[in-house]
Amino acid sequence: MEPVLTARIGKPDSVSIATYLADGGYAALRKVLTEGWTPERVTEEVKKSGLRGRGGAGFPCGVKWGFIPKDTKGKPIYLLCNADESEPGTFKDRLLMERDPHQVIEGIILSAYAIKCRNAYIYIRGEFYDGARILNAAIAEAYAKGFLGEKILGSNYSLDLTVHRGAGAYICGEETGLIESLEGKRGQPRIKPPFPAVSGVFSCPTIVNNVETLSCVVHIINRGAEWFSKIGRNEKNTGPKLYCLSGQVNRPGVYEAALGLPLKDLIFGEAYGRGMKDGRQVKAVIPGGASANMLTAAEIEDCPLDFDGVAAKGSMLGSAAIIVMNEDTCIVDAARNLSKFFSHESCGQCTPCREGTPWLHKVLSRIEEGQGRMEDIELLERICNQMANGMTICVFADAAIAPPLSSVRKFKDEYRYHVEHKRCLVGSRAEVAAV
Amino acid sequence: MSHTRYRVEEAGEPRVFPPEAMARIEKILARYPTKQAALLPVLWVAQETWGWISKEAAEEVARILGLPAAHVDGVLTFYTMYNLRPVGKNLLQFCTSISCHLAGAERLVEQCSKRLGIGLEDTTPDGKFTMIEVECIAGCDRAPSMMVNDAYHEPMDEKKLETLLDRLSGER
Repeated sequence: MEPVLTARIGKPDSVSIATYLADGGYAALRKVLTEGWTPERVTEEVKKSGLRGRGGAGFPCGVKWGFIPKDTKGKPIYLLCNADESEPGTFKDRLLMERDPHQVIEGIILSAYAIKCRNAYIYIRGEFYDGARILNAAIAEAYAKGFLGEKILGSNYSLDLTVHRGAGAYICGEETGLIESLEGKRGQPRIKPPFPAVSGVFSCPTIVNNVETLSCVVHIINRGAEWFSKIGRNEKNTGPKLYCLSGQVNRPGVYEAALGLPLKDLIFGEAYGRGMKDGRQVKAVIPGGASANMLTAAEIEDCPLDFDGVAAKGSMLGSAAIIVMNEDTCIVDAARNLSKFFSHESCGQCTPCREGTPWLHKVLSRIEEGQGRMEDIELLERICNQMANGMTICVFADAAIAPPLSSVRKFKDEYRYHVEHKRCLVGSRAEVAAV
Repeated sequence: MSHTRYRVEEAGEPRVFPPEAMARIEKILARYPTKQAALLPVLWVAQETWGWISKEAAEEVARILGLPAAHVDGVLTFYTMYNLRPVGKNLLQFCTSISCHLAGAERLVEQCSKRLGIGLEDTTPDGKFTMIEVECIAGCDRAPSMMVNDAYHEPMDEKKLETLLDRLSGER
């Protein structure tokens, strides 16, 4: 597949509006605003494309837009671009914002037009200082050229766009946590319903879309829904996709391919990861960021990297963060590291999550450090089962149990070995700790 | 800066924003339908003005935005990037999340700690360095990744870390 979202990434000065315009940038916006496209037609086109959200949930984008009430009773509608990319293993939105900010901005303007929004925000994680600087410079250019502000390109449509920096909190990537944070509060998720499309930021109808999702909209308008829907494995998994490959492979990085790229191709393909570092074997792969269930080496055979393909393997595509671990990786240690993350990032609102995440970290640390008891393995499963499946307001707890639960189930022998021998099956770190 | 501290410390002196910071705050307020929504950006202005956010600074932000001081306090202590006490000139942020962990990030933390003679969350006596651990900063393909203040340094290794610390130590 020819690169779509990353087509301009490697070009010199790819961040400037001059090069973006030279490459045909803002043509989609011009088309919509000067050729009499209604907002409904833009939404319809996005619906027809089959575009599913690239932030993690994979929800159909056009359908989400359609949830905004026809009559908002005079309330303004908001579009929030979710640029809070914080899922461990994910780094695609950083690339899109740092290297091709106008693509993101054009996607935002088109999407805002479709949902009749006059005021949009990019909620960007605090650590992306460069991203925020680059976006702000690009937004200033877009205002100067009349792509933002009053009466865009002479039409009756006006839009303001503001970059809003977060300040270090993973949970603000959850859409209602993001909304709370934008309102100037702690980023603690809200109970749904009401869904943001009905009552979101400032109690107004709100759509939250990921950076990559919004970037796709530009190309759907430029080349048509049909073109977009023909890319990908099947009609439920369409379009180009950015895959974030990291871990013990030869060539980690962001790779663009049609949705449904076989997982093994991503790891071993010449155009992608080029195989395992130092010729080691794959032990486990996390296919969708820290929140996704681990897959064993056997499970990665024949696994298309799309929403349904990874779901069929009992995990999820999530943010398409593929983290590869080799045979020398201690699974208990990896699970402990992941549980450290979740224990650090729990927002503290719901008891099962606030209490459960540190307990998982504690028990996993105990096993890793050679102090574990056989009943701890069962204890891990029990804690997990008491945290998730509707016990909490948001899905953070469901994410937090994925690494321990999937690793205990799939690598139980390794956990047992750890408890029995007070050291890793693979040697290394814990051996020192146990002495 | 740290999730381990939940107390906003006192500077011992009142904090009043200089005119240029106030001008920025006015501009920020114009972008939002409520004053409260400007809280995170205004706290960023405070941090950029003084390097950290003291109790007095937080109270000044609360006054400007018409918010209860307790609300500002609650927000300040929820997010990890606001410094609740002074930090060194160079804030060394080591990512130790999964991809960086698999690439040996903890070895760098240890090396840095030994070299500077401080632990995590600590500041060197000369005020040049503070070192902290951070969660995933989206540098996973260039692991181990780290940041010094607002700049990425990746991929990092033992040798590069030594060179970096040499350079930063030499700077005034």
